[in-house]
Order: sequence, then structure tokens, then C-alpha cells
Amino acid sequence: MQIEGLKRHFDVSPPWLVRMLERRDRQIVQAVDGIDIAIAKGETFSLVGESGCGKSTVARLVVGLYTPTAGRIAFDGNDMGKRRGRAQTSALRRRLQMIFQDPYASLNPRWRVFDIIAEPIRAFGLAANKADLEKQVGNLLRQVRLTPADGRKYPHEFSGGQRQRISIARALASRPEFLVCDEPTSALDVSVQAQILNLMMDLQRRFGLTYLFISHNLAVVYHISTRVGVMYLGRLVEQAATDTLFKRPKHPYTRMLLDTIPDLDMTGRQRVPVAGEVPSPINPPSGCSFHPRCPFANERCKLERPQLLPVEGGAVACHAIEEGRIAVEERTYATSR
Amino acid sequence: MAASGKSALNKAPLLEVKNLRVEFPTRRGTLLAVDDVSFEIAAGEVLGVVGESGAGKSLTGNAIIGLLEPPGRVAGGEIRLEGRRIDNLPYEEMRKVRGAQIGAIFQDPLTSLNPLYSVGRQLIETIQTHLPLSAGQARQRAIDLLKEVGIPGAEQRIDHYPHQFSGGMRQRVVIALALCAGPKLIVADEPTTALDVSIQAQVIALLKRLCREHGTAVMLVTHDMGVIAETADRVAVMYAGRVAEIGPVRDVIKQARHPYTEGLMGSIPSLGHRSERLAQIDGAMPRLTEIPRGCAFNPRCGHRGQRCLVERPDLMPAGSSRAACWLHDPRGVGAAAVGELADA
Ligand SMILES: Nc1ncnc2c1ncn2[C@@H]1O[C@H](COP(=O)(O)OP(=O)(O)OP(=O)(O)O)[C@@H](O)[C@H]1O
Ligand SMILES: Nc1ncnc2c1ncn2[C@@H]1O[C@H](COP(=O)(O)OP(=O)(O)O)[C@@H](O)[C@H]1O
Ligand code: SF4
Ligand code: SF4
Ligand SMILES: [Mg+2]
Ligand SMILES: [Mg+2]
Repeated sequence: MQIEGLKRHFDVSPPWLVRMLERRDRQIVQAVDGIDIAIAKGETFSLVGESGCGKSTVARLVVGLYTPTAGRIAFDGNDMGKRRGRAQTSALRRRLQMIFQDPYASLNPRWRVFDIIAEPIRAFGLAANKADLEKQVGNLLRQVRLTPADGRKYPHEFSGGQRQRISIARALASRPEFLVCDEPTSALDVSVQAQILNLMMDLQRRFGLTYLFISHNLAVVYHISTRVGVMYLGRLVEQAATDTLFKRPKHPYTRMLLDTIPDLDMTGRQRVPVAGEVPSPINPPSGCSFHPRCPFANERCKLERPQLLPVEGGAVACHAIEEGRIAVEERTYATSR
Repeated sequence: MAASGKSALNKAPLLEVKNLRVEFPTRRGTLLAVDDVSFEIAAGEVLGVVGESGAGKSLTGNAIIGLLEPPGRVAGGEIRLEGRRIDNLPYEEMRKVRGAQIGAIFQDPLTSLNPLYSVGRQLIETIQTHLPLSAGQARQRAIDLLKEVGIPGAEQRIDHYPHQFSGGMRQRVVIALALCAGPKLIVADEPTTALDVSIQAQVIALLKRLCREHGTAVMLVTHDMGVIAETADRVAVMYAGRVAEIGPVRDVIKQARHPYTEGLMGSIPSLGHRSERLAQIDGAMPRLTEIPRGCAFNPRCGHRGQRCLVERPDLMPAGSSRAACWLHDPRGVGAAAVGELADA
């Protein structure tokens, strides 16, 4: 998966007439404002950041639920933006699937589980006959640790965790290679979350799946990812291998996020309450958009937007790191509980 | 935190919940959603209540603030605030207790705020309902409260409407609203769940400070162990409508005494080490209609014995905590139980 210069802007202006009467400008939300990511086969790339920073918009762009304002998404060498015939588009769609945060909203309540899972198989014509379809759905249910008999039930007869298993079975039904998972465990309890994350890791090993994983839970991201990208106001501010990001964070925003992870090891470390909140993406701050919250901001930061530059196998967009004004921080975490 | 927890424990309890039962009459029989729950909270103490969705946390909280949704009702036990029973008060009287002595904070700040009125108007009305203050005095108190919960520019922002505040600020306004009459107890149900981690930390710091500075007791309901670890003095772990374990926060987190707590703690991803798999408890919490005989956790428990299949354990001493598990009884769990454990 190759993402280059990806942008998505939303026009949230009041209607034209209101705008003229009140002499207001157009209002554009720059939800995603120029992002480059390369995801290799078999890896799990995670996006983290506070709410509203554009993570879900990236996810929706990647699976084609939104069209980009600018930039290019290529999957296995195929430019997703290129116009092609229906058959080709459908062939590409089959290989890319998405799992959503809310297992309640993403399943049709009036359909039996069997039909929910069978739908993509039918749509992509992947079953030879009825018996084959039944066999495939049965296998999918078993793969997510449910039983073929569960196919006769309706979604409301299942718990949140079981419903998320059904969503996963449905996403796997078209035998995709790439799964976009937008907060797949955020609506679940921790004990259920562990079951779902284990399942996702098992399936990845078994089928060689590639994941784009979105979460605001950094401990979850630490466990599941090979690489992590940190987003702030529509842009990537740091990108690195998981261990590097957690052990040697560089961007001041990454450090701030790591400071907010609750301390379960009870080392007495206090979570640092962060000053300020994410500014509105309608009028992002000038220069480095993090400067109003950054303890290292200076004049240059207010004027000039930092570029993403390679550092230690990853990349960071920060003047202070580029200038060597702030040192890379080493972090250790308690290893027992 | 440990020291303040200790001193709090020595005081007489501010809130006492004894053998609380909450049930729902349904067409197919009565469901027992909260079954024999007992705990105490002292002034200045934070009791964390954790457990998975459906464990009965919110119903316990709602029973205390007298806001159970019918047909749910308190079917047994008693709730005492400073020694006075509050579970059998007439509606009007309970409403006064709720405003003046107990403050409530819910998950979604928007449910507690009226979108049509400015936050100032809502604060001032609540203040005047409970305290004999003039309009001017009440406005001043509202501004002070907004300052106290950390709203910058409180003098101006008091006239703004809820939608003009961000999520974190709205939750702080809700906390200000809960504080209007200077309550002795705050029941906070998932107050940070809808917020970003960075803002969560701000709200938690605020709750802790209020508890310390005003001696307010807090019942903090959440399924987030991280929040509990940082905030609570003691924790109650709920499972299938009952308290599985209750004890000092450090003990429950580091030395869980109930197999369910142990499994729950193990399934939380930590930054210390990374492995191929997270520890997981197989199976799921039973529905209210399918609670097994004996210990409700037995279908998922690797330690279970014959006794666990037939006899229901009550809370018993276990280290410095109390746990509802036969492992801590002199007679133990009995002979090994046969049969398969719950499936993944
Ligand atoms: N109106 C109702 N009728 C029947 N059962 C109910 C009703 N309200 C709650 N229950 C049941 O009572 C149990 C406890 O509910 P409660 O809302 O207290 O759980 P909780 O621990 O707060 O969960 P959550 O984290 O999902 O809010 C659940 O099994 C729930 O299904
Ligand atoms: N359909 C839309 N119309 C207008 N604004 C949108 C739309 N979708 C997203 N946004 C805005 O784009 C920004 C990023 O949104 P989103 O990607 O959902 O954030 P996240 O997933 O990180 O919480 C937010 O400011 C959001 O309000
Ligand atoms: S560029 Fe400047 S303001 Fe932005 S993160 Fe780096 S130091 Fe902070
Ligand atoms: S009582 Fe028995 S089944 Fe229940 S938690 Fe203890 S050992 Fe396990
Ligand atoms: Mg999102
Ligand atoms: Mg609840």
C-alpha cells in the first residue's frame, strides 16, 4: 500500500446566501492534509492521535469510502483513483476490507448472521454453489471462534465481542489481503479486547494479512503494530518502528501522548495532564500546527511548517529535532506487574 | 495516594451499601441484576468500581443516587448516607438529597446539560435550588465553580452554551454542576470514557483534587483500570451482578486474589513487554438469565473444584483484600471438577 500526498478537505461552510449576508468566508476542514505512508505486505501499520486528527478519514479514503481531494493511493501497484471497468474495480475492492469501531451499528439487525457473512461472498461471486457457500460461511464462523449454528441467529442475540467477531468474519469473507481496522476494540471491555486482538494476530499469521490499524489506545498499538504513525491535525508528525517510537520518541507531540498513558504498574509516575486541546482544523495554527501546545516552540515554529525528515529509520516533522535543539528521549517501562 | 487511603479508612463510612439487590421484573420472570452487593466509602476516599459491560456497575450507582429506571427497583438491602437511610425516601425528599448531598456525573456530558440554556443559567438555577443565595451571589458562585474546575475565562464563558465548549470542557462544566451545593458524595459513572486520553488526565486530576481539598467521597465507576490505578484508594471488582473482590488499589492490581481479577489484569496490554499473544480469559460473562449455579465465574475458572459448582462464595478475607472465592476458604474448592472450561 502506497499513500502519497493524500489530502481530504471538507467544505463545512454555511449555505451561499447566508455567507453573502453575513460576509463570511468559506470554511474548509482540512481533515487530512498531505500524508505519505508506505505499508509493506504482512505488516501492521498503526495510526494514533487524539480525536479529530483525521485517522478515520484516512481509513475511509483507503477503502474508497471517500475520494481524495488530492494525492494518490496505490494498492499492489494499482492506482485506486484511476478509472477502470466495473469488473476490475470489484476485483480490487475484494482485496481491501474494513472493520469498524461499533459492532452494533455495522451489522444489519434484520439479517441473519449467515446472510451478513454470505453477502460479500455472493457479491464477489466467490461461491460455486449453495453447498459451497454454506461451507465457506461455516468455516469463517469457526475461524472467529463461533459455530456454524450461530449463522441462524440475529446480531442482537450476541454480545459486543461476539458481534465484533461477526464483523471480522464478514470482512474476511471476500478473502482480502488488506484490512483497515478503525478502532476495532474501542467499544469493547478489556477482557474481550484481548480475545479480539489475539484473534486478529492469529488470522494475520495464518493468512499473511496486512493491517492498517487505527486506535487511540497506545498500549494496544504497542502490542499489535510493526510500525506506528502519529497524526496531528491532518498530518503525520512522526513515523517509526514500534519499538523505536515507544523507547525513543522524538516529536514533542509523541512524547506528550506517551505521557498520557495510564500507569498500571503503579510506579508512582503521574500522568501529566496536558495543557490545551486540539485546535480547530478549520483554522489550524500557522507554522507547526502543534506550536500553541509545544513546550519547545520558538519563532521559527510559528512561521515555518516543518517537513517530515528521515530520522533513525523513521521520520519526524519538527524544527527542534532537525536543529538538534532537543535531545532524543530514552524511555523505559516497568516490565512486571 | 496510599497514605491518604489509609487515613480515609480509619474514619466512619460516609456511604454504606449493605446487601443491595436490584431486580427487573420481566415477562419471563424476575432478573436479579445486582445481587447482594455491600461496600463502604469514607469521606475523602475514592472507591473505584470496575467490571465488564453488564456487570451491574451503573445500576449500583443509579440505586445510590435514586435514579433507577423503572421497572428496575431496589429489592433488598439498604443504602445509608452518614448513617441515614436513603434507599426508601419519597421521591421529592430523595431529589433534595441528590442535589444537595450527592452529585452525579455521567459518561456523556451532553445528557446532563440542556443545549438551550447557557451553562451559567443552568449552574445558577441548580445553586439557587439548593442554597439560599441571591441571583448575584449565585452567579458569583457559578463563576467560582467554573474557575475551580479549570475553565479559562470563566467570567465570559459562563454565558456560553454547551455546544460552544469542547468535550473535555463540557465534562468539567458537568462536574461544576455536580458541585453546586457542595455534595459530600459524588457518583461518577464513566466520567472519562467519552474523552480523549489527554483530556482524561485533566478530568481525573480535577476529581482527585476535589476529593483531597473538600473531603468529598467519590464512587468512580469505570471499566478503565488505568483510571482506577491513578485515582482510587480502594477498588471493587464486579462480575455478573456481584462483588468478586474488593481491596486497596495496589493489592487488587498487583496481587489479585480472585481468579477473575487476575485474568482481567492480565488481559490489559502493558508497555513493559510485548508478546505474540495477550493473556486472555476464554468465554464470556453469563447473561442474567444464565448465571450458573455455585460460583458465577466457574465455567471460565482454571482453579474451580466441585464445591465451586454448587456453593456460591461470599466475600471472605484474602490478604489485605476480600474476595468471593473458595480458594481463600479453609475448606478450599473441593475435589477437582471435571468437564471442559468455557471456549474461546
Ligand atoms: N431495563 C432493564 N431491563 C432488564 N435488564 C436490565 C435493564 N437495565 C439493565 N439491565 C441489566 O442489568 C445488568 C447490569 O446493567 P448495568 O447497566 O448496571 O451494567 P454496567 O456494568 O454499567 O455495564 P455498562 O458498562 O455496559 O454500562 C445487565 O445485565 C443489564 O443487561
Ligand atoms: N463528512 C465530514 N464532513 C465534515 N467534516 C468532517 C467529516 N468527516 C470528518 N470531518 C472532520 O475531519 C476531522 C477528522 O475527522 P476523523 O478522521 O473522523 O477524526 P478521528 O478519526 O481521528 O477521530 C474532524 O475535524 C472532523 O470533524
Ligand atoms: S516544530 Fe517547533 S512547535 Fe512544532 S513540535 Fe517541533 S519544537 Fe514544537
Ligand atoms: S470460587 Fe471456584 S470457580 Fe469461583 S473463582 Fe474461586 S476457584 Fe474459581
Ligand atoms: Mg475516528
Ligand atoms: Mg455502565
